[in-house]
Amino acid sequence: MTMKSPYRIIYCLNQFFGGLGGEDKADHPPCIFDGPKGPAILLQQRFPEVQVVKTVVFGDNYIAGKTDVAVAEVLALLRNSIDFSGADAPHLLLAGPAFLAGRYGIGCAAICKAVQEEFGLPAVTAMHPDNPAVAEYRKEVLIGVADKDVMGMEEGLDRMLALGKKLIHHLPLVPEEDNYILQGRRQNYFTQKSGAERAVEMLLRKIAGLPYRTEYVMPSFDRVPPAAPLSDLSRARIALVTSGGIVPRGNPDRIESASASRFGTYSIKDVAALSSEGYQSIHGGYDPTYANQDPNRVLPLDVIHELLTEKVFGSLHPYYYATVGNATSVARARDFGRDIGQRLVADGVQGVILTST
Amino acid sequence: MGLPVAHACSIVPISKTVGANRIIPTVAIPHPFGDPLKSREEEKVLRRELVLKALQALTTPISEQTVFS
Repeated sequence: MTMKSPYRIIYCLNQFFGGLGGEDKADHPPCIFDGPKGPAILLQQRFPEVQVVKTVVFGDNYIAGKTDVAVAEVLALLRNSIDFSGADAPHLLLAGPAFLAGRYGIGCAAICKAVQEEFGLPAVTAMHPDNPAVAEYRKEVLIGVADKDVMGMEEGLDRMLALGKKLIHHLPLVPEEDNYILQGRRQNYFTQKSGAERAVEMLLRKIAGLPYRTEYVMPSFDRVPPAAPLSDLSRARIALVTSGGIVPRGNPDRIESASASRFGTYSIKDVAALSSEGYQSIHGGYDPTYANQDPNRVLPLDVIHELLTEKVFGSLHPYYYATVGNATSVARARDFGRDIGQRLVADGVQGVILTST
Repeated sequence: MGLPVAHACSIVPISKTVGANRIIPTVAIPHPFGDPLKSREEEKVLRRELVLKALQALTTPISEQTVFS
Protein backbone atom coordinates (compact mmCIF):
# COMPACT_ATOMS: atom_id res chain seq x y z
CA MET A 1 0.00 0.00 0.00
CA THR A 2 1.37 3.40 -0.91
CA MET A 3 0.20 6.75 0.30
CA LYS A 4 -0.07 9.78 -1.92
CA SER A 5 -0.20 12.23 0.94
CA PRO A 6 2.63 12.22 3.47
CA TYR A 7 2.41 10.51 6.83
CA ARG A 8 1.00 13.24 9.06
CA ILE A 9 2.53 12.85 12.50
CA ILE A 10 2.03 14.38 15.92
CA TYR A 11 5.26 14.41 17.86
CA CYS A 12 5.80 14.49 21.65
CA LEU A 13 8.99 15.58 23.41
CA ASN A 14 10.11 16.64 26.87
CA GLN A 15 11.24 20.18 27.66
CA PHE A 16 14.85 19.35 26.87
CA PHE A 17 14.39 17.80 23.44
CA GLY A 18 11.55 20.21 22.71
CA GLY A 19 13.91 23.15 23.19
CA LEU A 20 12.22 24.80 26.18
CA GLY A 21 15.20 24.32 28.49
CA GLY A 22 16.84 21.96 30.95
CA GLU A 23 15.91 21.01 34.50
CA ASP A 24 14.83 24.61 35.13
CA LYS A 25 11.91 23.98 32.75
CA ALA A 26 11.10 20.47 34.02
CA ASP A 27 7.92 21.75 35.72
CA HIS A 28 6.59 23.24 32.49
CA PRO A 29 2.99 22.18 31.68
CA PRO A 30 2.34 20.68 28.25
CA CYS A 31 2.26 23.06 25.29
CA ILE A 32 1.81 22.56 21.57
CA PHE A 33 3.65 23.96 18.55
CA ASP A 34 3.00 23.91 14.82
CA GLY A 35 5.44 21.78 12.87
CA PRO A 36 8.44 19.77 14.08
CA LYS A 37 10.93 20.49 16.86
CA GLY A 38 14.23 18.85 17.83
CA PRO A 39 14.26 15.15 16.97
CA ALA A 40 11.09 15.61 14.90
CA ILE A 41 13.06 17.87 12.53
CA LEU A 42 15.66 15.12 12.21
CA LEU A 43 12.94 12.57 11.51
CA GLN A 44 11.54 14.74 8.74
CA GLN A 45 14.99 15.18 7.22
CA ARG A 46 15.58 11.44 7.22
CA PHE A 47 12.17 10.55 5.83
CA PRO A 48 10.76 12.84 3.15
CA GLU A 49 7.42 11.02 3.35
CA VAL A 50 6.94 12.33 6.88
CA GLN A 51 5.24 15.57 7.82
CA VAL A 52 5.23 16.47 11.50
CA VAL A 53 2.18 18.67 11.86
CA LYS A 54 2.30 19.42 15.58
CA THR A 55 4.79 18.97 18.39
CA VAL A 56 3.68 18.60 22.00
CA VAL A 57 6.29 19.52 24.60
CA PHE A 58 5.96 18.74 28.30
CA GLY A 59 8.14 19.19 31.39
CA ASP A 60 9.57 15.94 32.78
CA ASN A 61 8.63 16.64 36.39
CA TYR A 62 5.22 17.93 35.46
CA ILE A 63 4.21 14.82 33.56
CA ALA A 64 5.87 12.27 35.85
CA GLY A 65 4.61 13.99 38.99
CA LYS A 66 0.95 14.27 38.09
CA THR A 67 0.64 12.06 35.06
CA ASP A 68 -3.17 11.95 34.93
CA VAL A 69 -3.51 15.74 34.98
CA ALA A 70 -0.72 16.26 32.46
CA VAL A 71 -2.08 13.67 30.05
CA ALA A 72 -5.55 15.20 30.25
CA GLU A 73 -3.98 18.55 29.36
CA VAL A 74 -2.18 17.00 26.40
CA LEU A 75 -5.44 15.49 25.17
CA ALA A 76 -7.15 18.86 25.47
CA LEU A 77 -4.37 20.59 23.53
CA LEU A 78 -4.67 18.02 20.76
CA ARG A 79 -8.45 18.11 20.70
CA ASN A 80 -8.44 21.90 20.39
CA SER A 81 -5.87 22.12 17.63
CA ILE A 82 -6.42 19.04 15.48
CA ASP A 83 -9.38 17.69 13.56
CA PHE A 84 -9.09 13.95 14.10
CA SER A 85 -11.89 13.09 11.68
CA GLY A 86 -11.14 15.55 8.88
CA ALA A 87 -9.35 15.00 5.59
CA ASP A 88 -6.08 16.17 7.11
CA ALA A 89 -6.36 13.98 10.20
CA PRO A 90 -3.01 12.75 11.55
CA HIS A 91 -1.95 9.16 10.92
CA LEU A 92 0.32 8.59 13.87
CA LEU A 93 1.68 9.92 17.14
CA LEU A 94 5.34 9.43 17.99
CA ALA A 95 6.91 10.18 21.38
CA GLY A 96 10.58 10.10 22.33
CA PRO A 97 12.91 8.22 22.07
CA ALA A 98 13.18 8.46 25.84
CA PHE A 99 16.32 6.28 26.14
CA LEU A 100 16.93 5.54 29.85
CA ALA A 101 15.23 8.73 31.09
CA GLY A 102 12.54 7.53 33.48
CA ARG A 103 10.36 10.65 33.72
CA TYR A 104 10.53 11.19 29.98
CA GLY A 105 9.67 7.52 29.40
CA ILE A 106 6.61 7.73 31.61
CA GLY A 107 5.47 10.86 29.80
CA CYS A 108 5.92 9.33 26.34
CA ALA A 109 4.20 6.06 27.22
CA ALA A 110 1.33 7.67 29.12
CA ILE A 111 0.58 10.00 26.20
CA CYS A 112 0.72 7.12 23.70
CA LYS A 113 -1.70 5.09 25.80
CA ALA A 114 -4.13 7.97 26.22
CA VAL A 115 -4.03 9.07 22.59
CA GLN A 116 -4.70 5.62 21.19
CA GLU A 117 -7.60 5.17 23.61
CA GLU A 118 -9.06 8.65 23.21
CA PHE A 119 -8.62 9.29 19.49
CA GLY A 120 -8.02 5.77 18.14
CA LEU A 121 -4.75 7.11 16.77
CA PRO A 122 -1.83 4.70 16.40
CA ALA A 123 0.97 5.72 18.77
CA VAL A 124 4.54 4.53 19.24
CA THR A 125 7.34 5.45 21.58
CA ALA A 126 10.87 4.11 21.98
CA MET A 127 13.10 3.70 24.99
CA HIS A 128 15.72 1.47 26.55
CA PRO A 129 14.28 -1.81 27.89
CA ASP A 130 15.40 -0.85 31.40
CA ASN A 131 13.46 2.41 31.36
CA PRO A 132 11.06 2.14 34.32
CA ALA A 133 8.13 3.08 32.06
CA VAL A 134 8.54 -0.23 30.19
CA ALA A 135 7.25 -2.41 33.03
CA GLU A 136 4.28 -0.09 33.50
CA TYR A 137 3.20 0.42 29.89
CA ARG A 138 4.62 -2.28 27.63
CA LYS A 139 1.38 -4.27 27.45
CA GLU A 140 -0.71 -1.36 26.22
CA VAL A 141 1.82 0.73 24.35
CA LEU A 142 4.02 -0.28 21.44
CA ILE A 143 7.56 0.56 22.56
CA GLY A 144 10.48 0.32 20.17
CA VAL A 145 13.83 -0.67 21.63
CA ALA A 146 16.16 2.32 21.90
CA ASP A 147 19.69 2.77 23.13
CA LYS A 148 20.47 4.10 26.59
CA ASP A 149 21.36 7.62 25.48
CA VAL A 150 21.15 10.07 22.57
CA MET A 151 23.88 8.25 20.66
CA GLY A 152 20.98 6.02 19.60
CA MET A 153 18.75 8.86 18.42
CA GLU A 154 18.70 8.05 14.72
CA GLU A 155 18.21 4.34 15.30
CA GLY A 156 15.38 5.11 17.73
CA LEU A 157 13.67 7.45 15.27
CA ASP A 158 13.91 4.93 12.45
CA ARG A 159 12.53 2.20 14.67
CA MET A 160 9.58 4.25 15.87
CA LEU A 161 8.61 5.23 12.36
CA ALA A 162 8.93 1.66 11.06
CA LEU A 163 6.71 0.40 13.88
CA GLY A 164 4.29 3.26 13.34
CA LYS A 165 3.94 2.40 9.65
CA LYS A 166 3.10 -1.16 10.63
CA LEU A 167 0.35 0.09 12.90
CA ILE A 168 -1.01 2.45 10.24
CA HIS A 169 -1.14 -0.29 7.63
CA HIS A 170 -2.25 -3.03 10.06
CA LEU A 171 0.80 -5.16 9.34
CA PRO A 172 1.71 -7.92 11.80
CA LEU A 173 4.56 -7.29 14.21
CA VAL A 174 7.38 -9.83 14.03
CA PRO A 175 9.11 -10.24 17.41
CA GLU A 176 12.37 -11.50 15.88
CA GLU A 177 12.63 -8.64 13.41
CA ASP A 178 10.86 -5.54 14.58
CA ASN A 179 12.92 -4.66 17.66
CA TYR A 180 10.09 -3.75 19.96
CA ILE A 181 9.42 -4.62 23.57
CA LEU A 182 7.24 -7.70 23.60
CA GLN A 183 3.70 -7.14 24.78
CA GLY A 184 2.91 -10.71 25.83
CA ARG A 185 0.50 -11.37 22.97
CA ARG A 186 0.19 -14.73 21.24
CA GLN A 187 -0.32 -15.14 17.52
CA ASN A 188 -1.64 -18.24 15.80
CA TYR A 189 0.24 -19.61 12.82
CA PHE A 190 0.28 -22.77 10.72
CA THR A 191 3.19 -25.17 10.88
CA GLN A 192 4.04 -28.51 9.28
CA LYS A 193 5.16 -30.30 12.42
CA SER A 194 3.21 -31.02 15.57
CA GLY A 195 4.25 -29.62 18.93
CA ALA A 196 5.47 -33.07 20.00
CA GLU A 197 7.76 -33.34 16.99
CA ARG A 198 9.12 -29.85 17.50
CA ALA A 199 9.71 -30.50 21.20
CA VAL A 200 11.60 -33.74 20.52
CA GLU A 201 13.72 -32.01 17.91
CA MET A 202 14.51 -29.30 20.38
CA LEU A 203 15.41 -31.85 23.03
CA LEU A 204 17.73 -33.75 20.65
CA ARG A 205 19.47 -30.50 19.76
CA LYS A 206 19.87 -29.71 23.43
CA ILE A 207 21.32 -33.16 24.15
CA ALA A 208 23.72 -32.79 21.21
CA GLY A 209 24.84 -29.41 22.52
CA LEU A 210 23.43 -27.61 19.49
CA PRO A 211 21.65 -24.27 19.68
CA TYR A 212 17.86 -24.39 20.00
CA ARG A 213 15.22 -21.84 20.73
CA THR A 214 12.22 -22.26 22.97
CA GLU A 215 8.80 -21.46 21.53
CA TYR A 216 7.54 -20.27 24.87
CA VAL A 217 9.81 -17.92 26.71
CA MET A 218 9.21 -18.09 30.42
CA PRO A 219 8.31 -14.80 32.07
CA SER A 220 11.16 -13.04 33.77
CA PHE A 221 10.56 -12.25 37.42
CA ASP A 222 11.87 -9.15 39.03
CA ARG A 223 13.67 -9.08 42.32
CA VAL A 224 13.14 -6.74 45.23
CA PRO A 225 15.62 -6.21 48.03
CA PRO A 226 14.35 -7.77 51.28
CA ALA A 227 12.42 -5.33 53.44
CA ALA A 228 13.77 -4.48 56.86
CA PRO A 229 12.48 -6.78 59.61
CA LEU A 230 9.93 -5.84 62.25
CA SER A 231 11.70 -4.29 65.19
CA ASP A 232 9.07 -5.25 67.77
CA LEU A 233 6.66 -8.07 66.93
CA SER A 234 4.61 -7.48 70.09
CA ARG A 235 3.56 -4.08 68.74
CA ALA A 236 3.47 -4.88 65.04
CA ARG A 237 0.32 -4.66 62.91
CA ILE A 238 0.05 -7.81 60.79
CA ALA A 239 -2.05 -8.54 57.70
CA LEU A 240 -3.09 -11.76 55.98
CA VAL A 241 -3.04 -12.29 52.21
CA THR A 242 -3.58 -15.55 50.34
CA SER A 243 -3.30 -16.81 46.79
CA GLY A 244 -4.98 -20.04 47.90
CA GLY A 245 -8.47 -19.03 46.84
CA ILE A 246 -10.10 -18.93 50.29
CA VAL A 247 -13.25 -16.82 49.94
CA PRO A 248 -16.60 -16.47 51.72
CA ARG A 249 -18.93 -19.28 50.64
CA GLY A 250 -20.61 -18.54 47.34
CA ASN A 251 -17.55 -16.57 46.10
CA PRO A 252 -19.27 -13.15 46.21
CA ASP A 253 -16.65 -11.47 43.99
CA ARG A 254 -16.71 -14.31 41.48
CA ILE A 255 -12.95 -14.68 41.53
CA GLU A 256 -11.94 -17.07 38.76
CA SER A 257 -10.59 -20.51 39.73
CA ALA A 258 -7.78 -20.01 37.19
CA SER A 259 -6.19 -16.92 35.62
CA ALA A 260 -7.72 -14.69 38.25
CA SER A 261 -8.50 -11.16 37.13
CA ARG A 262 -9.17 -9.80 40.61
CA PHE A 263 -8.69 -10.26 44.31
CA GLY A 264 -11.27 -10.08 47.11
CA THR A 265 -11.22 -8.00 50.29
CA TYR A 266 -12.95 -9.69 53.23
CA SER A 267 -13.54 -8.41 56.72
CA ILE A 268 -12.21 -10.54 59.58
CA LYS A 269 -12.95 -7.93 62.19
CA ASP A 270 -14.93 -10.24 64.48
CA VAL A 271 -13.95 -13.56 62.94
CA ALA A 272 -11.89 -15.78 65.24
CA ALA A 273 -11.51 -18.67 62.80
CA LEU A 274 -12.61 -19.63 59.30
CA SER A 275 -15.51 -22.09 59.44
CA SER A 276 -16.31 -24.60 56.71
CA GLU A 277 -19.85 -23.20 56.65
CA GLY A 278 -18.64 -19.66 56.05
CA TYR A 279 -15.64 -20.11 53.75
CA GLN A 280 -14.47 -22.28 50.90
CA SER A 281 -11.64 -22.69 48.41
CA ILE A 282 -12.32 -21.71 44.81
CA HIS A 283 -8.77 -22.39 43.65
CA GLY A 284 -8.56 -24.63 40.58
CA GLY A 285 -5.77 -27.14 40.10
CA TYR A 286 -5.69 -28.67 43.57
CA ASP A 287 -8.21 -30.88 45.36
CA PRO A 288 -10.13 -28.44 47.58
CA THR A 289 -11.53 -31.15 49.86
CA TYR A 290 -9.16 -30.44 52.76
CA ALA A 291 -9.40 -26.67 52.41
CA ASN A 292 -13.20 -26.83 52.34
CA GLN A 293 -13.25 -29.09 55.43
CA ASP A 294 -11.17 -26.53 57.32
CA PRO A 295 -10.23 -23.29 55.50
CA ASN A 296 -7.75 -22.50 58.30
CA ARG A 297 -5.55 -25.11 56.63
CA VAL A 298 -4.91 -22.55 53.90
CA LEU A 299 -5.44 -19.26 55.72
CA PRO A 300 -4.61 -19.95 59.38
CA LEU A 301 -6.89 -17.37 60.96
CA ASP A 302 -7.70 -19.53 64.00
CA VAL A 303 -4.09 -19.62 65.12
CA ILE A 304 -3.49 -16.00 64.14
CA HIS A 305 -6.36 -15.02 66.39
CA GLU A 306 -4.98 -17.06 69.28
CA LEU A 307 -1.57 -15.45 68.91
CA LEU A 308 -3.20 -12.02 68.78
CA THR A 309 -5.12 -12.77 72.00
CA GLU A 310 -1.86 -13.90 73.58
CA LYS A 311 -0.32 -10.59 72.46
CA VAL A 312 2.43 -12.35 70.49
CA PHE A 313 1.93 -9.59 67.93
CA GLY A 314 0.34 -6.18 68.28
CA SER A 315 -2.75 -6.00 66.09
CA LEU A 316 -4.39 -7.52 63.02
CA HIS A 317 -5.44 -5.65 59.88
CA PRO A 318 -9.26 -6.06 59.82
CA TYR A 319 -9.42 -7.49 56.29
CA TYR A 320 -7.80 -10.34 54.49
CA TYR A 321 -7.10 -10.31 50.75
CA ALA A 322 -7.59 -13.39 48.59
CA THR A 323 -6.98 -14.32 45.01
CA VAL A 324 -6.22 -17.49 43.08
CA GLY A 325 -2.64 -18.20 42.10
CA ASN A 326 -3.52 -20.87 39.54
CA ALA A 327 -2.21 -19.72 36.13
CA THR A 328 -2.58 -16.09 37.15
CA SER A 329 -0.22 -13.92 35.13
CA VAL A 330 2.74 -12.26 36.75
CA ALA A 331 1.57 -8.89 35.46
CA ARG A 332 -1.83 -9.28 37.11
CA ALA A 333 -0.26 -10.54 40.31
CA ARG A 334 1.99 -7.51 40.33
CA ASP A 335 -1.02 -5.23 39.98
CA PHE A 336 -2.82 -7.02 42.82
CA GLY A 337 0.26 -6.74 44.99
CA ARG A 338 0.62 -3.03 44.36
CA ASP A 339 -3.03 -2.39 45.14
CA ILE A 340 -3.07 -4.53 48.28
CA GLY A 341 0.23 -3.02 49.41
CA GLN A 342 -1.17 0.50 49.20
CA ARG A 343 -4.17 -0.46 51.33
CA LEU A 344 -1.95 -2.13 53.92
CA VAL A 345 0.41 0.81 54.16
CA ALA A 346 -2.56 3.17 54.50
CA ASP A 347 -3.74 1.17 57.52
CA GLY A 348 -0.32 1.17 59.16
CA VAL A 349 0.38 -2.51 58.57
CA GLN A 350 4.01 -3.43 59.24
CA GLY A 351 4.25 -7.09 58.27
CA VAL A 352 2.40 -9.53 56.01
CA ILE A 353 1.83 -13.27 56.01
CA LEU A 354 1.12 -14.44 52.48
CA THR A 355 -0.09 -18.01 52.15
CA SER A 356 -0.02 -20.01 48.92
CA THR A 357 -1.18 -23.46 48.01
CA MET B 1 11.09 0.85 52.19
CA GLY B 2 8.50 -1.86 51.75
CA LEU B 3 6.77 -4.24 54.14
CA PRO B 4 8.38 -7.54 55.14
CA VAL B 5 6.30 -10.43 53.78
CA ALA B 6 6.53 -14.02 54.96
CA HIS B 7 5.57 -16.24 52.05
CA ALA B 8 4.22 -19.49 53.47
CA CYS B 9 3.98 -22.01 50.66
CA SER B 10 4.47 -25.66 49.86
CA ILE B 11 6.52 -25.38 46.67
CA VAL B 12 9.63 -23.51 47.71
CA PRO B 13 11.25 -23.48 44.24
CA ILE B 14 8.28 -21.52 42.84
CA SER B 15 8.49 -19.05 45.69
CA LYS B 16 12.18 -18.60 44.97
CA THR B 17 11.57 -18.20 41.25
CA VAL B 18 8.98 -15.48 41.69
CA GLY B 19 11.28 -13.62 44.05
CA ALA B 20 9.86 -13.99 47.58
CA ASN B 21 12.45 -13.05 50.17
CA ARG B 22 11.19 -14.64 53.40
CA ILE B 23 10.01 -18.16 52.55
CA ILE B 24 8.37 -20.54 55.03
CA PRO B 25 7.90 -24.09 53.67
CA THR B 26 4.52 -25.55 54.58
CA VAL B 27 2.95 -29.01 54.62
CA ALA B 28 1.38 -29.70 51.21
CA ILE B 29 -0.40 -27.93 48.37
CA PRO B 30 -4.00 -28.79 49.35
CA HIS B 31 -3.38 -28.13 53.06
CA PRO B 32 -0.34 -25.91 53.62
CA PHE B 33 -1.27 -25.22 57.26
CA GLY B 34 -2.71 -28.60 58.19
CA ASP B 35 -2.49 -32.34 57.94
CA PRO B 36 -5.77 -34.25 57.58
CA LEU B 37 -4.08 -37.42 58.84
CA LYS B 38 -3.57 -35.87 62.25
CA SER B 39 -6.22 -35.14 64.85
CA ARG B 40 -7.64 -31.62 64.85
CA GLU B 41 -5.68 -30.85 68.03
CA GLU B 42 -2.39 -32.11 66.60
CA GLU B 43 -3.07 -30.24 63.42
CA LYS B 44 -3.53 -27.00 65.29
CA VAL B 45 -0.23 -27.46 67.09
CA LEU B 46 1.42 -27.93 63.73
CA ARG B 47 -0.34 -24.86 62.33
CA ARG B 48 0.68 -22.77 65.28
CA GLU B 49 4.33 -23.72 64.80
CA LEU B 50 4.17 -22.69 61.15
CA VAL B 51 2.53 -19.34 61.87
CA LEU B 52 5.03 -18.61 64.64
CA LYS B 53 7.80 -19.42 62.19
CA ALA B 54 6.29 -16.95 59.70
CA LEU B 55 6.09 -14.24 62.37
CA GLN B 56 9.67 -14.92 63.40
CA ALA B 57 10.73 -14.64 59.76
CA LEU B 58 9.22 -11.14 59.72
CA THR B 59 11.48 -10.15 62.63
CA THR B 60 14.63 -11.66 61.14
CA PRO B 61 17.09 -9.43 59.25
CA ILE B 62 18.04 -10.95 55.89
CA SER B 63 20.11 -9.75 52.97
CA GLU B 64 18.93 -12.25 50.36
CA GLN B 65 16.20 -14.81 49.69
CA THR B 66 15.99 -16.96 52.79
CA VAL B 67 14.12 -20.20 53.45
CA PHE B 68 13.08 -20.52 57.08
CA SER B 69 12.84 -24.30 57.32
